[in-house]
Amino acid sequence: MSLGTEQRPFDPTDLRATGSARWADPLFRTISFAAGISVLLVLGLMIGSTTLDALPVFQYQGLVSFFTTSEWNAGSSRNELTGTYGAFAFIYGTLISSLIAIMIALPLSIAVSLYINRIAPKRFRTTLAYTVELLAAVPSVVYGLWGLLSFTPAVLLPVSRFLSGYLGDVPVIGRIFEGPVPNTNYFIAGNVLAIMILPIITAIAREVMAQTPADQIDAAYGMGATDWEVMRKVILRRSFPGIVGASMLGLGRALGETIAVAMLIGGQQRWGISIFFAGQSMAGHIASTFQDAAPETVNALIAVGVGLFVITVIVNMLARVLVWRIGRVAGDAAL
Amino acid sequence: MSATLSPEREHLSLRTIDPYTRRRKQRSRFVRGLLLAAMVVAVIPLFLILIEVVRRGWPAMGWEFLTQVQPSGRTPGGGYVHGIIGTFYMVGFATLISVPVGILAAIYLVEYGRGPLTGIIRFFTDVMTGVPSVFVGLFIYALLVRQIGFGAFVGGLGLSVMMLPIIVRSSEEMLRLVPEDQRAASAGLGARKWQTIMKVVLPTAAPGLTTGAMLAVARAAGETAVLLLTALGSLQVVNQFQGQPIASITLLVYRGARQPFAEGQQRAWAGALFLMVMVLLLTLSARYISSRSRR
Repeated sequence: MSLGTEQRPFDPTDLRATGSARWADPLFRTISFAAGISVLLVLGLMIGSTTLDALPVFQYQGLVSFFTTSEWNAGSSRNELTGTYGAFAFIYGTLISSLIAIMIALPLSIAVSLYINRIAPKRFRTTLAYTVELLAAVPSVVYGLWGLLSFTPAVLLPVSRFLSGYLGDVPVIGRIFEGPVPNTNYFIAGNVLAIMILPIITAIAREVMAQTPADQIDAAYGMGATDWEVMRKVILRRSFPGIVGASMLGLGRALGETIAVAMLIGGQQRWGISIFFAGQSMAGHIASTFQDAAPETVNALIAVGVGLFVITVIVNMLARVLVWRIGRVAGDAAL
Repeated sequence: MSATLSPEREHLSLRTIDPYTRRRKQRSRFVRGLLLAAMVVAVIPLFLILIEVVRRGWPAMGWEFLTQVQPSGRTPGGGYVHGIIGTFYMVGFATLISVPVGILAAIYLVEYGRGPLTGIIRFFTDVMTGVPSVFVGLFIYALLVRQIGFGAFVGGLGLSVMMLPIIVRSSEEMLRLVPEDQRAASAGLGARKWQTIMKVVLPTAAPGLTTGAMLAVARAAGETAVLLLTALGSLQVVNQFQGQPIASITLLVYRGARQPFAEGQQRAWAGALFLMVMVLLLTLSARYISSRSRR
């Protein structure tokens, strides 16, 4: 044994980089770290700068009054607040149109997910899934245009008139379906929103359902369960939390949707019980009045935006927590 | 002791199905039909949109539409060249910002990220994908437009804020698909970490990264609300980088759809057709690239 006597192949210190190479690695690391942090920075800046502008409006109008009263009289002052800013009508419009959207899109998405995952012939599954996903690629202004000039006059208005005519006179629920039916209203915006959020709910619901253990499905079939029983008692039961998360993600999308809603929801700065009322949503109100707004009103619109942001972020975070367990969902619709 | 059948059931052959089971099977068949109907209902809107956009947009589409500016009032003809230029201008600028930053952020998350900060960044990236686009517009307005005015620069910045989380998320997923062995092999050959990332990881993940970027570009090209508050819109071709309101296809479609004139609406349909072709080409080729590289 001649430990320590043989010659070392080379001096380890030769490996140490000299000159600029020494800084290459730390530099690269720092740059990518900065890029990673930039996401948080942008989000922070987003919250900071808008809240700063919205604060005077909240103080002037009162936080409670801003969110619960529905009188919106835009002022025209350059550097002081003179109008009345109650955003309740827009909050109501946002909530009711999104609710209508979820009530239509959720059952449809669950059915579509079950069909694609369990019933469709295997070789069509990807194609079908991708066809539904393509709905997410359509720009929202195209939905607005199509909804306004094609889908509403051809389909939604006749349906609305029919519903209003039959259900408008029923004692208790009648008020919800009360006419007259204007060309743009909550119901029409809700229907187009439903089409827009269908792909995201479907994409996530499909992913959640696909995670049902094959053993349990096989066991259920082995005990003589029918297709429907397997879906209802095994797949749907297991994927319930994930589907709730998926629908909240869809809800978040619907709440924040701007252009299509602005084009279809009506435009009156008031609210009404009837689903056929031509109201306004938060995002829609910002988009449609921004251009003619005086400086003080722009601040009030930013305040509406902050309210909208808070609502959508809470809904989104809840959704992410619920869907977290299944990992992050791939696919274009979920982005 | 052998199992005994009840006397009533003893005579039933295996072929006969008792009413209860028959009902269950019927119900299952009924539900299958219902689900098929739901599937059909769900894909109808896509085809309706495609058919309507082509049918009503095609007559106004043409060389004139692509090369001329929109005339005033109800004059027929003219086109959206100012919008097309504006969209390419702003989306191009937004891509230049958000693609490098987004991919670098994804590199940080995958290659360097450890500890709670990574989780926080990842979570808030997800949250950012859900931020309403009109709020992004308000943010850029409050931060920049009030000081330096409307223009392509602020519009592009707004679009890049929309694109960033999409690119970070998709790139992160793609970088994770690069096998750990390749990184180890590269390190074993003596490459530094940044060399491994630049020369091994990124080239391997390139098709996937391209896919994510293309989807983000498609999303930005169809964006309206952000531009409404930052680019504002214009009736002429604008090539100034900042300080002058600029048009985009989406803004022109939004305003055209609300015009009471059939001519204006027809131009809006043609604009929608242009947008749809652009967005679908991007989305479908992104899909093609990613499916080809996965094989």
